[in-house]
Amino acid sequence: MPSTSELVEKVVSGDVRSVARVIRDIDDGIPAVREVLKALYPHTGKAYVIGITGAPGVGKSTLVDQMIGHLRQQGKTVGVLAVDPTSPFSGGAILGDRVRMQRHSMDEGVFIRSLATRGHFGGLTQSTRSAIDVLDAMGKEIVIVETVGVGQDEVDVVRSAHTTVICVIPGMGDDIQAIKAGILEVGDIFLINKADREGSDKTLSDLRLMIDMDQQKYESGTWKPPILKAQAVFDQGVTELLEEIEKHAGYLRSVYGDLRFRARKDKVREELAEMVKNRLVETVLRGLTESGEFEEAAEAIVRGDLDPYTASDDLVLPRLSLPDPE
Amino acid sequence: MPMERNRRLRVMVAKPGLDGHDRGARIIARAFRDAGFEVVYSGLHQTPEEIVHAAIQEDVDLIGLSSLAGAHLYLFPAVVASLRGRNAEDIQVIGGGIIPEEDIPKLKKAGIREIFNPGTPLDRIVAWVRQNVNPKE
Repeated sequence: MPSTSELVEKVVSGDVRSVARVIRDIDDGIPAVREVLKALYPHTGKAYVIGITGAPGVGKSTLVDQMIGHLRQQGKTVGVLAVDPTSPFSGGAILGDRVRMQRHSMDEGVFIRSLATRGHFGGLTQSTRSAIDVLDAMGKEIVIVETVGVGQDEVDVVRSAHTTVICVIPGMGDDIQAIKAGILEVGDIFLINKADREGSDKTLSDLRLMIDMDQQKYESGTWKPPILKAQAVFDQGVTELLEEIEKHAGYLRSVYGDLRFRARKDKVREELAEMVKNRLVETVLRGLTESGEFEEAAEAIVRGDLDPYTASDDLVLPRLSLPDPE
Repeated sequence: MPMERNRRLRVMVAKPGLDGHDRGARIIARAFRDAGFEVVYSGLHQTPEEIVHAAIQEDVDLIGLSSLAGAHLYLFPAVVASLRGRNAEDIQVIGGGIIPEEDIPKLKKAGIREIFNPGTPLDRIVAWVRQNVNPKE
């Protein structure tokens, strides 16, 4: 076992095995990894993070593959985190996003890692953010995070991106409506992939309408999400996408003066709140599980001797040394 | 509560070489998923070097190779050799597919831990993995 400082040194020098190992520790929730992340923090904040999200089958992985190709031609190094769902039945997962990106597997300038959503309690966002930090610290200039945009967790993940691209395909019909609920708001760029399919103009006008409905949001020079058409599999529209991402980066720079999230109080507060919450839950829950109190309370509720409101009060409040709320 | 502190087994299922028949690889990937493993599927037509690069980035505990085209005597040992060349020999390798009986001892000698022929019940493969592969500490 290498020491924390050795590990940190190796990650910063770009050692692939060490990076892979640290991401595994993050994913597996190994407590010691916190020390590594603390030491890595000063080395982070340099990467530009791009989030790609959208329903299964819209071509996200293919798009990412093409983006990697273009970015490498520009001489930029790229890290990719491809998040796929865990089976709620077995806890296992098949992570197949790599299949589309395999032509980059020998390129030392590219690091691709598949992550499963697992059953993380409040953890997908946290662990993905930490993994972004690791790729950032290893020196990747661009980090692309690909998620299936279905739930709040996935939406939260892309909030840690500088630019979020929402991928749709023609003919999704009401699915576009569903995007409205919470996901539309996080989109900085909309991409209609497989644009040769029937209905792409309809999809374009639907999206435009939805964005225009938020008109007041875009007054006074704020960023209005562009809508692009692409056929990622033929590498069409990818250059334009990267140009729009570049423009969005320029916009962020003009507004905040600095692309680093840690220089922005809103982002720092968001991240810190998340971390405090996770730390609190993790610490209390671990104590309760290890002492057996959690199981005891669960059994008491099943027997009908206790209600969950009282149980949670009894379990949590003494640990926080807080007075009873009454 | 789902407290995530336990190591989960990560497996890469890969198809080296030129044959395009990945039904077996897909079935074994599903069986591993159903056993609760995280399975990284690497797709077709991979060189041994590509497989090893990907396996290291993914920090897997095990690589399962599938070959149906007769090149296993070259491809499987090449994966093991490439792992050794990168100080990653802690990643174990197993194989499956159309492998003649007489080749199995040669492959084992080259460092492939086990070979599963067609018709091996999936349960037996999963049980072997559970017994012989531990997630790294």
